[in-house]
Amino acid sequence: MTNGIGTAVAAAPGDRDADDVFVDVQNVRLNYQVGDDSSTLALDETNMTLRRGEFVAIVGPSGCGKSSLLKLASGLRRPSSGEVLVGGSAVVKPIKIVGMAFQNPTMLPWLRTIDNVLMPLQIVEPHRSQFRAKKEEYREMARGLLAEVGLAHFADKYPWELSGGMLQRASLCRALIHDPRLLLLDEPFGALDAFTREDLWQVLQKLWMERHPTVILVTHDLREAVFLADTVHVMSARPGRVLTSHRVDIRRPRTLDDLFTDTASQLVHELRSHISHDRGV
Amino acid sequence: MRTVDELDTVSRTTMDARARSGSTRGRIAKSLRELAAPDKVFPALAIVLFFVVWEIVCRVFNVPVFILPKPSEFLGVLIAKWPAILPNAIQTLYTTIVGFALGVLVGAAIGACVGLSRFVYRVTYPLLIGFYSVPKIAVVPILVIWFGIGTIPAILTAAIMCLFPVVVNVATGLATTEPELEDVLRALGASKLDVLRRVGLPRSMPYFFASLKIAVSLAFVGTVVAETVAANIGIGSMMILASSTFDVPLVFAGVFLLAVLGVAMYAIFALIERRVTFWARRNADVAA
Ligand SMILES: Nc1ncnc2c1ncn2[C@@H]1O[C@H](COP(=O)(O)OP(=O)(O)OP(=O)(O)O)[C@@H](O)[C@H]1O
Ligand SMILES: [Mg+2]
Repeated sequence: MTNGIGTAVAAAPGDRDADDVFVDVQNVRLNYQVGDDSSTLALDETNMTLRRGEFVAIVGPSGCGKSSLLKLASGLRRPSSGEVLVGGSAVVKPIKIVGMAFQNPTMLPWLRTIDNVLMPLQIVEPHRSQFRAKKEEYREMARGLLAEVGLAHFADKYPWELSGGMLQRASLCRALIHDPRLLLLDEPFGALDAFTREDLWQVLQKLWMERHPTVILVTHDLREAVFLADTVHVMSARPGRVLTSHRVDIRRPRTLDDLFTDTASQLVHELRSHISHDRGV
Repeated sequence: MRTVDELDTVSRTTMDARARSGSTRGRIAKSLRELAAPDKVFPALAIVLFFVVWEIVCRVFNVPVFILPKPSEFLGVLIAKWPAILPNAIQTLYTTIVGFALGVLVGAAIGACVGLSRFVYRVTYPLLIGFYSVPKIAVVPILVIWFGIGTIPAILTAAIMCLFPVVVNVATGLATTEPELEDVLRALGASKLDVLRRVGLPRSMPYFFASLKIAVSLAFVGTVVAETVAANIGIGSMMILASSTFDVPLVFAGVFLLAVLGVAMYAIFALIERRVTFWARRNADVAA
């Protein structure tokens, strides 16, 4: 099925160059055990591959297991069956090449913004053991990153002195400071107003084009998915599986105007119909 | 968990009373203005008024000294007998501080164990509640049997008195970390110890410091009560001695001194709390 910009991609992972695959989710099931006798099947036979440096968006009905999928990719949880491979090896515990940001920016209120951004460097090796020695260098790095997202003058403010949009920018900086190869974003702009959100799409696109991490973005906003992603995966209602995947072939850097072209709105439309269809609407 | 609620209301009211401010200069100007603000002046007036009314009532109704001495009388005694009172005051302060330090150290250690492990929490909870519900004064006779009359029973009473608020608050502070924040750190491969050091400990500081000002008051109460029963020196002991010789003004002088010292110690720790955990108030301001 090929219609201009939106291209339905075959779900089979085998049709791509194997060397190029960075994240490989293979037949993953995830069962949450609640108490002794009840359990929730969050993911069922989920398959997904991401090329190195690919920007993937995941959309799907609420509760279908999108956040759970990110937990699997980060190693915070193990799948009940199946396997998640990152960079060729199975994820069995948290791996340091991951950066995460959530809908809730979760900044530490007792640290200035810049120190919040520096936090990952105090945990991840090799930065951790060099942190004292290279402190000034790291601070400059953090300042540079904050400046890129428009927070140059807020580095020394406390998080409670920042607005919601500013906090989310800082949260992106914290996720990127250790130059992660895999960036996991769980509805990072979900709580923001439309204008701030569109602003941050562009910020994120810029950061991604400079650093080229592999990104999994979970979102409820189909326009956001189309604007940012190379590939959009649509998941089914719980238990989640990947229903279809769409390639977005708009050249980068994309502008907001690109979203108003026929082909882009057609793609948004098509994504929506998949989700409504699955809900039985 | 009554103490937590109490602390919560205490910190909330101080929170509300304080306005947000920016620069240091602005803050100094603000605190000067606050000193003269009605919410600071009226409480001071109320205290003065209390003693003035007391003085007047005593004079008008000619109340005998051995029932209710006039403020002017016991303040006079306080000044006249100061050289004799001072060693007692020093002894009481010393006992309170040593007992407080001991109680806080042990309390923080127990609180950390309880707050960090659900297992320890479940196992020790009934035991802790049991200890908590025993009136602490009941242990003084036991301490006297073990250690005799003197400083040690008073120190231990003070320590036991201030143990529980510290345990409860430290445990609460450590047990409640935002799961998402923990995820951010754990996804980077942070160990449990990392999470504790970077998040758990700083986060529990407001709870800890809120408990300190309650604990210091309780340690003071414990000291004085133990002194009245089982000591030869200290303000508590001095008052018992005075009452046995019907030196009622000296008894009241003792009560007055206790009130002043108690308020002072509470104020010192309230001030430290305000300095150390400024972010918790700001944060709550924003949230509220
Ligand atoms: N820790 C947990 N324990 C038990 N069940 C859980 C847990 N986390 C998630 N679930 C269940 O797993 C399912 C998928 O949850 P998940 O958070 O992954 O959904 P989601 O797609 O991110 O939803 P949303 O779009 O609303 O954020 C839900 O039905 C949820 O109830
Ligand atoms: Mg979710």
